[in-house]
Amino acid sequence: MSRLLVCPPDYFQIDYEINPWMRRANAVDSTRAVSQWHALMDVLSHDVGAGIEQMPPVEGLPDMVFTANAGVVVGRRALVSRFRHPERQREEVHFERWFREQGYEVLTLDKTLYFEGAGDLLGFPDTWFGGYRQRSDIRAFPKLGDIFQREIIPLELIDARFYHLDTCFCPLSGGELLYFPSAFDSYGQAAIAQRIPDARRLVVPEEEALRFACNAVCLGKQIVIPAGCPRTAQLLEARGYRTYAVQLDEFMKSGGSAKCLTLALD
Amino acid sequence: MTGSQETVFLQGHIIDSLILAKVLDTILMMGGTFDLQDVKIGATREAASQARIVVQAPSSRVLGEILQAIQPHGAAIEREGDCRFEPAPSPGVFPEEFYATTHLPTQIRLDGEWVEVEGLEMDLGICVDPAKGRARTVPMGAVTAGELIVTGRDGIRVTPLARPAERDVFGFMESVVSSERPHQPVIADIARRMQKLREWHREGRAGAKVLLAGGPAIVHAGGRDALAWLIEAGYIQVLFCGNALAAHDMEAGFYGTSLGYGLAAGRSVPHGHEHHLRTINRIRAIGSIQEAVRSGVVTDGIMAACVRREVTMVMAGTIRDDGPLPGVVTDSMEAQQAMRAEIHGVGLALLVASTLHAIATGNLLPATIPTVCVDVNPAVPTKLADRGSFQAVGLVMDAASFLTELARELGWHP
Repeated sequence: MSRLLVCPPDYFQIDYEINPWMRRANAVDSTRAVSQWHALMDVLSHDVGAGIEQMPPVEGLPDMVFTANAGVVVGRRALVSRFRHPERQREEVHFERWFREQGYEVLTLDKTLYFEGAGDLLGFPDTWFGGYRQRSDIRAFPKLGDIFQREIIPLELIDARFYHLDTCFCPLSGGELLYFPSAFDSYGQAAIAQRIPDARRLVVPEEEALRFACNAVCLGKQIVIPAGCPRTAQLLEARGYRTYAVQLDEFMKSGGSAKCLTLALD
Repeated sequence: MTGSQETVFLQGHIIDSLILAKVLDTILMMGGTFDLQDVKIGATREAASQARIVVQAPSSRVLGEILQAIQPHGAAIEREGDCRFEPAPSPGVFPEEFYATTHLPTQIRLDGEWVEVEGLEMDLGICVDPAKGRARTVPMGAVTAGELIVTGRDGIRVTPLARPAERDVFGFMESVVSSERPHQPVIADIARRMQKLREWHREGRAGAKVLLAGGPAIVHAGGRDALAWLIEAGYIQVLFCGNALAAHDMEAGFYGTSLGYGLAAGRSVPHGHEHHLRTINRIRAIGSIQEAVRSGVVTDGIMAACVRREVTMVMAGTIRDDGPLPGVVTDSMEAQQAMRAEIHGVGLALLVASTLHAIATGNLLPATIPTVCVDVNPAVPTKLADRGSFQAVGLVMDAASFLTELARELGWHP
């Protein structure tokens, strides 16, 4: 059974603005946020059948809810993120403590190398892709490649709205890729095309990309996507995936959706 | 040095991700160029590749912009350390690990800044003044105790010469010296350069002087009139020679012979072997070549032209010189220093028919100065052309033919 790390949205709100989606004036409706988060948990555990590991939220750290950025976990090793923005750097100790308490071997990169976890590192079993320029530093990837013995293809993120790789790029269990090409420059698009044949690349339309259709959680043939992305759902279903749409618009106020709210543990 | 450069290092999966291509494209698009050094492709799919890239730009501002643009893609500037230096342990002695210069443009890093080394010349040391942020070359024999001398190889940058923009013989130099090579087009190119340099010299521009280093074969072979004309016409500003060229030139004026050979008759003249001694003796009695010309004793030839045109002459003596003539510098270190002082401002060097003076002068010249070496012995131009300069041209030919053809190209009608 796949396990996912999550963190309840008890303190989730817009306290600062570190991506184009965040507006302090655009306040979070906490009650709605909490119920949306629980609906997501319900789908993940009951419909998709994922195991859920909850870590305690911390007051004053509103974005801890986005556990995808805690780090990357491979087997029993957890490499903890180093956030670019000081607002989120304060989360690092809490993620690190949780990994340690759970018995993971905790790894860190040089403090000068920003790396925002599974938000910027995604892939298929043998090839991973790393998003850089907006948040993570490209120089982190050769080090991660060494640590985890994987090929990591860096992809420059050129659109500030798609500031993490998981906002525009979602590898699927069947080897397909769900993605929004315009978030990458021509070099990145060519590098993706070189690795993933045309027939396996599923291009998300812009309006749904802006609803974070790519910020999906794929476990086996089941995919949880944000509500309001019918064409993406169609694309996926045509490939034999079962889709579950969950309304997560309160979290979009902060620039996050289904995938950002989870971290794959194994 | 023209332009600026910095070495950057790129590693990771830079090939398949097209990151390397992106970085190189960025450099070109922003007006820079690059030299891709040391590309290592990862042996397995998981293994990273790496590339060392020398980024060149027309100015330090453009270089800065390029570096700023490529750094987010992982191009890390290879931080070079400052150069190391140690005090000279005693007069005329470099520290054990001293750095020996080349004749190529050189910079050293002092306190994080790249500083141009002044007085470019091969086989010297580099003396540093950290307080003033300056560096200059210094010959071993001239160093004083305690002067700070660059040691080791860190923090030193030598820039290979770029191919010159001019599309003449200097721009196409292939370092091949051959007696079969047609001379006329090469001489025509040299003449064009000399014409341009004479104009520049008249306008007072720096680096427009023409230096001729020559041997007595110029006189023996019959090149005296052509060279005198070139000097009179203002094509030559500096003359390096020895006792012999001057002595035989004036001997030709006094006796019509060169080392006792009648220049017109073409055979030895009775007691001709004494002519150069009598010439030297006469000039010694007068006191100087300059005075001999001014007083009308010496009226024609190379020395007369030099004095009249105020050409700077450095006459360096050698073992078993007769006399020597007044003005010949007999201390070889002093002569070297005098020649070195006159290299400054030279824009073209003609090294004609003298192994000794051609090689001495060649070794004093920075690689940036276009140099022509003419000798009937191919070994001399070959040695100089092999110095790794794009701008050294070797001609295997007789000195008189060379000077005559060159003067004719420039308008001499004997």
